[in-house]
Amino acid sequence: MERNLMKGNEALAEAAIRAGCKCFFGYPITPQTEISAYMAKRMPKIGGVFLQAESEIGAINMVLGAASTGTRVMTSSSSPGISLKAEGISYIAGSDLPCVIINVQRGGPGLGGIQPSQADYWQATKALGHGDFHVIVFAPSTVQEMVDLVTKAFDLADIYRMPTMILADGLLGQMMEPVTFPDQQSINEYDKSWAADGHKNKRKHNIINSLILSPEDLEKSVQERFERYDKIAKEEAMAQCYLTDDADIVLVAYGATARVTQSAVDLAREKGIKAGLVRPQTLWPFPADHIRTASENASSLLCVEMSMGQMIDDVKLAINCSKPVHFYGRTGGVIPTPTEILTEIENISGGAKE
Amino acid sequence: MGRITVDEQRCKGCGLCINVCPKKILKLSEDKLNDKGYSFMVCFNMDECIGCAGCAMMCPDIAIEVER
Amino acid sequence: MSNTEKTTKKVFTRPNALADVPTHYCPGCTHGIVHRLIAEAIDELDCLGDAIGVCPVGCSVMAYDYFNCDMIQAPHGRAPAVATGVKRAKPDNIVFTYQGDGDLAAIGTGETVHAATRGENITIIFINNTTYGMTGGQMAPTTLPGQVTQTTPYGRDTDTAGFPIRVSEMLATLDGVAYAERVSVDNIKNVNRAKKAIKKAFEYQTQKKGFTIIEVLSTCPTNWGLDPVKSLKWLEENMMPYYPLGVYKDKEAQ
Repeated sequence: MERNLMKGNEALAEAAIRAGCKCFFGYPITPQTEISAYMAKRMPKIGGVFLQAESEIGAINMVLGAASTGTRVMTSSSSPGISLKAEGISYIAGSDLPCVIINVQRGGPGLGGIQPSQADYWQATKALGHGDFHVIVFAPSTVQEMVDLVTKAFDLADIYRMPTMILADGLLGQMMEPVTFPDQQSINEYDKSWAADGHKNKRKHNIINSLILSPEDLEKSVQERFERYDKIAKEEAMAQCYLTDDADIVLVAYGATARVTQSAVDLAREKGIKAGLVRPQTLWPFPADHIRTASENASSLLCVEMSMGQMIDDVKLAINCSKPVHFYGRTGGVIPTPTEILTEIENISGGAKE
Repeated sequence: MGRITVDEQRCKGCGLCINVCPKKILKLSEDKLNDKGYSFMVCFNMDECIGCAGCAMMCPDIAIEVER
Repeated sequence: MSNTEKTTKKVFTRPNALADVPTHYCPGCTHGIVHRLIAEAIDELDCLGDAIGVCPVGCSVMAYDYFNCDMIQAPHGRAPAVATGVKRAKPDNIVFTYQGDGDLAAIGTGETVHAATRGENITIIFINNTTYGMTGGQMAPTTLPGQVTQTTPYGRDTDTAGFPIRVSEMLATLDGVAYAERVSVDNIKNVNRAKKAIKKAFEYQTQKKGFTIIEVLSTCPTNWGLDPVKSLKWLEENMMPYYPLGVYKDKEAQ
């Protein structure tokens, strides 16, 4: 096993290459530019494609093109750039094409700031473009997990023929941590008989398309896609639970925020407060079952985010609003501290127990 | 000597073929329409056809085949 | 059998690359002619199995049903970017886009210019008929000064609506462009020239010479409010003076 100290963004790029990513189309934007820079350096050495597009719109449509040929392809951007990609992502989803999209989130709205944020949760999980569709959204919280989830993201994209997203943030993208890559990673091959890669006069022509003018046919096509989504919701939701077995207050946090929140849970435990943490690793599908089970014996929940409160809606739905779900968040690029979160825990649970 | 075959159902009656025919032997059907409701091109004097294929080259619906 | 029947042979039939289906285009719309020319070029270069077409939004959005090669439907204006992705992933395939003037020269100007300047080894077939056909005849970037459309009901006023874009001339200034020619399909002679130009562009692509674009002056009888024959005349009298036919860039000739 190869162990390296790597920056999150670079580790993610290396992991994508090892997962069989053959094409990368990007456009510079802080705080994800290291991904492009790494791809620019490495792709020519492995016979892959790196191309700096004229815009995020150009980049996502290049992804559409490469994905149409059945090639493993990735793009990355940060919040304002993802907004620009929304059109293309909708077409990719509507055309049932696999690809991986990285969002290293920064503060918004508008040009916002360049510091870490989680304010694109709604965008990623509810409205990554027009129309009825979903993308699978992964939320790593360590550099190692970024590496591990990239491979999974490519595999699930191929299996379900849909876009998948790694929803990271500026903190994870920029931090350096030790990571381990498998010595020899086997790349899973999936059926690509649908691809528009030239039929060589051996089959009928393939058409990659999202236009269906008959309402009945379009409805049927969307319904079929949602049958796939149902299967994904059942089988692919992921979360990690930390000290939730006896927890009276269950915190829910993802990504970089989960690291800070875990420290706050430790501080609370030191003070005798039975706190625990559920850390969603997929945001769509949302690990509602994990949260429901982990909070069965708790009296309240606390959702912590780097936003004004977006995931909290899904947490409330997960438990059908059966218990109070509190919220603590910082936004605009401000990272919550463990002590801030501890104060919130203490307020909810009526102060320290010792 | 030439001969054209018109796919009456494909023809939309645009008349671009009639316009370029050097022998002026094409016209639109007067008492018949195709299933889509279009008058379609008919050759009323095939003996005059020289098989130049001009009509076919201007046909946007590739509804004309030409033999020579 | 008479002697005549024995000796005649078919001199004009539907090309193999063109699907044997009726099109949805209006009567007299020249899209059909251009489709045939592309299909004939594909047949003659024997590249049907390697060809991949990209058709974005506009009247030709459903062209994926009309060509027998693999086809991709792209978002409005984005075909050059989609084609870039296809070509970079599969450099040995023949990749072409088929785009209208609103698509290529308005919403997709950025994608077009940058695919051209990168020397992307793809072929663009650009249909210039001075209007947005599918949405019912609004002003396009190529609408002529004074031309009446749904959104220029008093004629295109260049003081407020600006001037038409001459795409071939503009792209010819870019070093990445290997071939740029403007052709027309208003008469038999010009149709034959258009065919040669399209075939040449595909040949340049197989020789990996770089970006090729063939701009085709076309008609839109329905939205122009003219019959198909008069539309061809209108094209000749009004479009050709503003958009002169000819080769604007030929890397080989320089």
